[in-house]
Amino acid sequence: MKWLLMLAVRSAWNRRLTLGMTLVAVALSVTLLLGVERVRHEARSSFALSVSGTDLVVGARTSAVQLMLYAVFRLGEASNNIRWQSYLAVAENPAVAWAIPLSLGDSHHGLPVLGTTAAYFEHFRYGDGQPLAFAAGAPFSGLFDAVLGAEVAERLSYSLGDRIVISHGMGDVGLAEHDDKPFTVVGILARTGTPVDRTLHVSLEAINAIHLDWAGGAPLPGLSIPPEHVRKFDLRPKEITAALVGLKNRAAVFRVQRQINNYPDEPLLAVLPGVALDQLWQMVGLAERTLLAVSAMVVVVGLAGLVAVILASLGERRRELAILRSVGARPGELFLLLSAEALFVTVLGALLGVALLALLTALLAPLVQAHFGLSLQAQWVSADELRLLAAVVAAGLLASLAPGYSAYRLSLADGLTPRL
Amino acid sequence: MPATVIRIRDLRFRWANDAGFCLDIPLFEAQAGERIFLHGPSGSGKSTLLGLLGGVLVPERGSLHLLDRELTQLRPAARDRFRANHIGFIFQQFNLIPYLSLVDNVLLSCRFSARRLARATAAGNSPAAEAHRLLTRLDLDPSLHGRQVTRLSVGQQQRVAAARALIGQPEIVIADEPTSALDAERQGAFLALLRDECERSGSTLLFVSHDRRLAAGFDRELSLSAPGAGAPSEVTQ
Repeated sequence: MKWLLMLAVRSAWNRRLTLGMTLVAVALSVTLLLGVERVRHEARSSFALSVSGTDLVVGARTSAVQLMLYAVFRLGEASNNIRWQSYLAVAENPAVAWAIPLSLGDSHHGLPVLGTTAAYFEHFRYGDGQPLAFAAGAPFSGLFDAVLGAEVAERLSYSLGDRIVISHGMGDVGLAEHDDKPFTVVGILARTGTPVDRTLHVSLEAINAIHLDWAGGAPLPGLSIPPEHVRKFDLRPKEITAALVGLKNRAAVFRVQRQINNYPDEPLLAVLPGVALDQLWQMVGLAERTLLAVSAMVVVVGLAGLVAVILASLGERRRELAILRSVGARPGELFLLLSAEALFVTVLGALLGVALLALLTALLAPLVQAHFGLSLQAQWVSADELRLLAAVVAAGLLASLAPGYSAYRLSLADGLTPRL
Repeated sequence: MPATVIRIRDLRFRWANDAGFCLDIPLFEAQAGERIFLHGPSGSGKSTLLGLLGGVLVPERGSLHLLDRELTQLRPAARDRFRANHIGFIFQQFNLIPYLSLVDNVLLSCRFSARRLARATAAGNSPAAEAHRLLTRLDLDPSLHGRQVTRLSVGQQQRVAAARALIGQPEIVIADEPTSALDAERQGAFLALLRDECERSGSTLLFVSHDRRLAAGFDRELSLSAPGAGAPSEVTQ
């Protein structure tokens, strides 16, 4: 038995070029399958970890998923803002413990700029209820102070005291700059693995101040208000994009939600983050499953190629099988010999696929983090991935029966003298 | 060891998908240590006879007695084990596994048979030592023993196959046209070596060939006649 397996390995090594190519195909297909699964898993967990302790997300009336996407994940843009008065009404609801106003719309090198208040640093929670921590500096206090997410500071190499200019609107190029009113970096947050890392935080008043001499998305010609004069204006915000709300008692969440949704002066929407996330997963679930099914098909194609290569080699190996038969090998042992080869390549391909994925994860993690805010963990295999791997090996086992059976039949038909 | 090593009686074999062919052997016996030349032109049923003796084919009727066993009574797995334990085969050519060394090819015979493994160990100090000894006796230089067999000439390859058939001293050695790929001079040398080694290990040698010129030096010469229309093949003494 042990010797038969060794013979299978040596025979495979003898045909290492063709088998090597199929090995690469199997390994790549396994990498793809596990990669899709991993990105799917990481996306879910990173979304789920992005907000914690927030009972309601409030914004202009739109879909719950869209509100979550722009308010919490900084993906896409708000279709409408809500009035400051509406925000105050929500914040002053007796059931509400705290509220964080969020004002979005400007950017810096493609990264979102968020106007908020000190409440953000006090009440915002992520992961399993962790508060934001400062890696350096402190919350903003001056009008043109900015606090950077960890990723922003790292990617753009900013440190405390640096001066930065904010662009009007979202995007990376061709944007009008608020270059007359630069900000000073006063704080850098510790890494959270959430969209906070990619966000620049300034005060709501600052957002107002940089837009004082603007109208309709462009600077007003002939009007320029220098930074030293902006304090003379009323900088109280008139509109915000959304708000995060924490309740004194979570049991009141549906009542407060109903009150906000029925707010008479403006159409508002309040959503439970968990419910909105579930809706999001329902929406992307089909795409996820399709992607997973496609990559599973790629694995099947890889295994089919493997079986085809081994079956093709069987023609040249008829004499080899007859020799083994003549020295006493049973047809069952030849079955084992050929099946072992297919299974051996499948298992090796699966292991190679895992190693390749680990390598790719390590190499691409910074890129994925920068572009999608998704932190890929450089881990080996999760339980779900292990289950996929087991499925691949099981499929390989099933596929290996084909060459095994062919060898079995061939050895019975040929006996000791193959007719070539 | 029983004096009669092979006894075939009233044997009849027909291929399921070839009604025209029929192998019919009323009686054939081989004694221990005998060296028998079996003449059979192509199509006379040589391969079929080899398959029957090797236990990969089963006769329609009749008795196929090898050593103390009736092959027709054995289950397929037991026939495979019997072949591994008691019969060494040498074929026409391409007798070797291309990706194994000379020694590993010789040792193939011991992989499926504990009996031959034990005998080879008893004969040398280890199966490998016995393989080296046999290869050297068959004029294969020790420097070649660890090499891949694909580098060898056809004559050398056939000698490796002979060593594989002989290791572990099987009672029966069956050679099927082992010299057909060799030139006349090497044919004689190979035959002499094979006969000598069979004598040394006490094996009965059944040498099958279409070429009667090789019959000299054998104890007996038999003929397997070509099957005519309906006429059975038989061994004439």
